[in-house]
Amino acid sequence: MKMTGAEILCETLTRLGVRHIFGYPGGAILPVYDALGKSKLHHILVRHEQGATHMADGYARATGGIGVAMATSGPGATNMVTGIATAMLDSSPVVCITGQVSSKVLGSDAFQEVDITGITMPITKYNVVVNRAEDIARTLREAFIIAKSGRPGPVLVDFTKDAQQASAEFDWDACAPNLPVKRIRNNHKQDEFDRAVELLNTAKRPVILAGRGIMLSGAMRKFEEFVRTSNIPVAMTLLGIGCFPASDPMNLGMMGMHGEAWVNTAIQEADLLIAVGMRFDDRVTGDLRTYARNARKIHIEVDRAEINKNVQVDAALVGDAGETLTRLLPHIHERDHSSWLAHIKELKGDSAVRDIQSLPDSGHLYAAHVINDLWKVTKGEAIVVTDVGQHQMWEAQYYHHDRPRSLITSGGLGTMGFALPAAIGAKFARPDAEVWAVVGDGGFQMTSCELATIVQEKINIKIAIINNGYLGMVRQWQEFFYDKRYVATPLVAPDFVALASAFGIRGERVTSRAEVVSTIESARHTEQPVLLDFRVEQEDSVYPMVPAGAALHDMIRRPNSPLVETATEP
Amino acid sequence: MLCSARFGPAGRAPGEKKAWQRPGLIASNCKIKKIEDRMQTIVAYVENKPGVLNRVASLTRRLAINIDSLTVGPTENEAIARMTLCAHTDERGATRLEASLEKLVDVLLAENITDHSMLERDLALIKVSADQQNRPHLMELIKVFRARVVDVAPESLIVEVSGTVDKIDGLLEVLRPFGVLEMARTGRIAMTRGNDLLRPPGAAEAAPVVPAPSAK
Repeated sequence: MKMTGAEILCETLTRLGVRHIFGYPGGAILPVYDALGKSKLHHILVRHEQGATHMADGYARATGGIGVAMATSGPGATNMVTGIATAMLDSSPVVCITGQVSSKVLGSDAFQEVDITGITMPITKYNVVVNRAEDIARTLREAFIIAKSGRPGPVLVDFTKDAQQASAEFDWDACAPNLPVKRIRNNHKQDEFDRAVELLNTAKRPVILAGRGIMLSGAMRKFEEFVRTSNIPVAMTLLGIGCFPASDPMNLGMMGMHGEAWVNTAIQEADLLIAVGMRFDDRVTGDLRTYARNARKIHIEVDRAEINKNVQVDAALVGDAGETLTRLLPHIHERDHSSWLAHIKELKGDSAVRDIQSLPDSGHLYAAHVINDLWKVTKGEAIVVTDVGQHQMWEAQYYHHDRPRSLITSGGLGTMGFALPAAIGAKFARPDAEVWAVVGDGGFQMTSCELATIVQEKINIKIAIINNGYLGMVRQWQEFFYDKRYVATPLVAPDFVALASAFGIRGERVTSRAEVVSTIESARHTEQPVLLDFRVEQEDSVYPMVPAGAALHDMIRRPNSPLVETATEP
Repeated sequence: MLCSARFGPAGRAPGEKKAWQRPGLIASNCKIKKIEDRMQTIVAYVENKPGVLNRVASLTRRLAINIDSLTVGPTENEAIARMTLCAHTDERGATRLEASLEKLVDVLLAENITDHSMLERDLALIKVSADQQNRPHLMELIKVFRARVVDVAPESLIVEVSGTVDKIDGLLEVLRPFGVLEMARTGRIAMTRGNDLLRPPGAAEAAPVVPAPSAK
């Protein structure tokens, strides 16, 4: 059947199972938008293309499927860059579709022309320009395979306008993907495998480090089986949160810069680390020279380039987490680690007394309380999408996630402005789920324009702004490392409640701890979007904290007492 | 790699008394030795299409590895090109480069063949100034290096030489006193010897692919 390139594009997306596209139209992508209007695809008009990529990212993270973002050439495409990099660093399968000027004028600095494949080369898993209508279907099908296979990542496909306008024969079978035949490496080296088994079966103080790879591989069940059989406690990376229930006694909690003290201490004291689907990011290891010096390391990882990148390991099992665990399981002996577990419990008890939840009510509103209450009220069942900064760390510490994909957050790139659009994407992916965007007053102002998208699409998400009047995390660094010289961190914000109402969204301000639960409850009982402005303690800090470059056990702890009283009424 | 090798039979004791306390046994705990940088040779088969060279170059830039020499040429299969990449880096850098290269969608295979038994060749054209007087002497030297004179002009001549980098550098050293006016070098191509085949994946299997490095 003869179709235009634009029609082929929409038809291919439909056949690939795409239902939602987050995008923003413009000259070079107009033919596709015209065809979109005739297709069954649901296009969500964003307010900024960065939002489109975050939404597609949030969509992908909430379901494990692929998110699709669309933009025009030039500025439309360059606005996507931050979102693409965010997806790249967190291995999120996002397909970005951009329009491009006609192939006849490519390279001539035509209006809204930019070399977007050149720009995004280092931040995409793959990108390609398509300038023939005949190639559209095959290339898109390949893009979807690349985005999802192995270690997932973003793929950008740039379609010239003439390719969209030209006509071509469309035959689904004739345009099968034709990806290069790559070498299949023998990743299952028997000696490495045997070594890993021996280490696992002889370790006395082992800790499992669980990362997002487990979720990407869909190996949550296998992983749980692995934990039960081996009886080894689990520490989570920020992005691994949810792959193993937080309420499980074997789950220690988050590790790293703002990880729980007992987790970091346990890692430093361990004699074996089993890293599953994580990449020893610097936020997780601290100073590499002092990182887990007494521990041997087993690394289960799908991406061979991650092996021995930051941390030298004793046994590397390259491959899909689920498959590797399946191979390991029959060889693992059930062992008793009770004294090791008891030791960790002791460490935990020591930390509990410092926990802000245990401190007497000082009449001030702390972000940690807000998030802990949010967890209680939602029974831990909401999808929480966070931005980046202090509130993100408090979320990771005080909202206990029992389900996979219930925490969506920008880890690797740490992109402020991520939460609101990603929450919109997550809501489209899981329309029945309760979605909360937890966001700081700084990050919210970066993408707050997407409030209009919420209203236009009539979706029901709840927004909790943790408003402390500062760029809190940066302020915290200035407090600790720059003698409290708060340069460029005090932040003037609009009246968020009034702002919400300008968009037609109900907003409420919360200033005391007593109002928190009731306000959250009332927000949950409406089918409308609600924005809550929590005016929290201004100069609170996230504890514990491992200063950048310090050893993992070298943590700054929350001062016992007296409680830091720096409150100024908001 | 160097470190894990220590976990041989001698280190096989994690079950016994506090093996973890012997830091020397723990690969991950070995002081990351400052391994000397050396010339690493990586051979890669890549899709023969636009942009691939850019991706490879972009990757080395990101890893902060300086390419000493990069040659690309067609293979018997016109859809596939073969690259030989030489860079001065340590073992870790080389491992990362190799693994990251193979991660690129367009790269079908990348193998570090530095420690394989292999042949390396470089080709150079060297224009040397030569007058009536020193020409015979010059010709004599060129003969010793098994190089060829491919062009003669009244004031100069062009020498063509192929061989290992050392050989070409050696000739260059000898020619320098005469005055090297211009030089063009191709960069290195490399191939493993004998049965150690490195063929593009999916190539007609004439012989089994045996990517077995000699265990040294």
